[in-house]
Amino acid sequence: MSSCSPAAAIQASGVRKTYGDKVVLDDVDLTVTEGSIFALLGPNGAGKTTMVRILSTLIPADAGEISVAGHDVTADPGAVRAAIGVTGQFSAVDNLLTGEENLRLMADLRHLSRHTGRQRVAELLEQFDLTDAARKPLSTYSGGMRRRLDLAMTLVGNPRLIFLDEPTAGLDPRSRRTMWQIIRELAAGGVTILLTTQYLEEADQLADRIAVLDRGRIVASGTSAELKRRIPGGHVLLRFAAPDALDLAAHLLTEADTDEENLTLQVPGDGSLTSLRALLNRLDGAAIEVEQLSIHTPDLDDVFFAVTGQPTTGHPADEKVLQR
Amino acid sequence: MSALAYTIGDSATMLRRNLKHQLRYPSMTLMLVGMPIVFLLLFVYVFGGQLGAGLNGGHGGRGAYLTYVVPGILIVTVASAALGTAISVAMDMTGGIIDRFRTMAIARAAVLTGHVIGSLIQTLVGVAIVLGVALAVGFRPSAGPLAWLAAIGVLVLFAFALIWLSTALGLAAKSVETASNTPMFLTLLPFLSSGFVPTHTMPAGLRQFAEYQPFTPVTQTVRGLLTGTPPGTGTIVATLAWSTGIALASYLWAGRLYNHRRPADPK
Repeated sequence: MSSCSPAAAIQASGVRKTYGDKVVLDDVDLTVTEGSIFALLGPNGAGKTTMVRILSTLIPADAGEISVAGHDVTADPGAVRAAIGVTGQFSAVDNLLTGEENLRLMADLRHLSRHTGRQRVAELLEQFDLTDAARKPLSTYSGGMRRRLDLAMTLVGNPRLIFLDEPTAGLDPRSRRTMWQIIRELAAGGVTILLTTQYLEEADQLADRIAVLDRGRIVASGTSAELKRRIPGGHVLLRFAAPDALDLAAHLLTEADTDEENLTLQVPGDGSLTSLRALLNRLDGAAIEVEQLSIHTPDLDDVFFAVTGQPTTGHPADEKVLQR
Repeated sequence: MSALAYTIGDSATMLRRNLKHQLRYPSMTLMLVGMPIVFLLLFVYVFGGQLGAGLNGGHGGRGAYLTYVVPGILIVTVASAALGTAISVAMDMTGGIIDRFRTMAIARAAVLTGHVIGSLIQTLVGVAIVLGVALAVGFRPSAGPLAWLAAIGVLVLFAFALIWLSTALGLAAKSVETASNTPMFLTLLPFLSSGFVPTHTMPAGLRQFAEYQPFTPVTQTVRGLLTGTPPGTGTIVATLAWSTGIALASYLWAGRLYNHRRPADPK
């Protein structure tokens, strides 16, 4: 590649979509770098699914420039479709076929040769731990197995860019971990992934970059660390053995909040190594003994709360997301 | 591969998928074929003696009625099989898999072509079974090989038209339940045609409706071909015009619905 910065797998600007007079997407810009995991984070009704449907050529945007895998979605949807894989929110499997037949159907539609198709299907059954259930009807599959088959079907043609719309919604914690592992392995293999989620932890765990979508607008974006740094709430908590040590420290660190009852001092800071070292040096210099130290970085719950504000009545899903 | 080769290849893949569905879940085919067989036995053995008495200038009987009613029953078979198309199309459209197909580089026509050809094969199997039962209970048509071929051609053409219509109805339906109800009128129309009793025995208003609706000329043509009394030119023209007209209009309607369809459960 001639350019020194990595190419964009998805480049979208000014994306708008309305249904009637309801604005679902309002001027959304989005860039996803090749080979990265990008998370679109937001509550129900934020517009995540609509964005995925537009990027994957299922529905047209009302306005905006969108290039996916190097092709314009409006001018050349066929080329986009040939390059992408999509696993939607709703199970996209054929319930009347077996797991293996579902994968074979995909191999045929991807125009793989008979031999390559068989090979790829066997490979995916193995990779997704479905070999034993391959010839069983889907009615016998668990939720986690169906989700794995769904993703395996998306991967039959080896797409380099995949969309995962809420890949772990409704899965039990164990299946969720399995799905995370699969997503990480795909990314390690160089596949670009755009996923949507309403689980803050999921975006934090998986994504290189996160965009927070709320009521059709991107209200914040960046790496997980960047987002965390942007909001107040990060601090170092110092606990002391005796009140006199607390007093000394409180005099030294005037920016800190004192909690005399618990003998703790809350020092604002991002918890980075440099700031931590500086803090410890100051305490050492004054010969103050600290009993215990803990770092509190804000999590994405705080980020979400800070950037989207209080949940409103017309937005019931917020509550669920914020409580986790 | 060329675009045409892809279209044919993808359509064949979709056809295989639909035939696999039919084979794995034969209850649908059995239900669709069962209905005309029940009608055949009911009308011949329960009503046939009485209804046949009015045929052949009052000298007919159960045998004459069997000869009369089988073409009508074959048309009912075609209409009944078309019901299945609406249901299977709607099952596809309301499920998640259609969105997967639409995000893949698949020939646009393949999904619907697979359904239509699959249903056509299902219809032909149904017609063969019903015809087998008819022959078993004594139906002895006087048609030669050419007339047989022509009769089957007419049935296939009419089936093609009704299947496209049913495909469009399946696409237009918001749920599988709706899709299983809207094409019901197709199984009622043969009763309001010359399928079961001659139209001249009907009261005035109904008779006019029966004479001008598409099921009558199609039934008359098949009946004429099978019983060795060549149908009139007007009847043949009406049969071909109705069949191609319904097929073309439904095909265009279905294509429009398919291309402008919004994904399931948009938010």
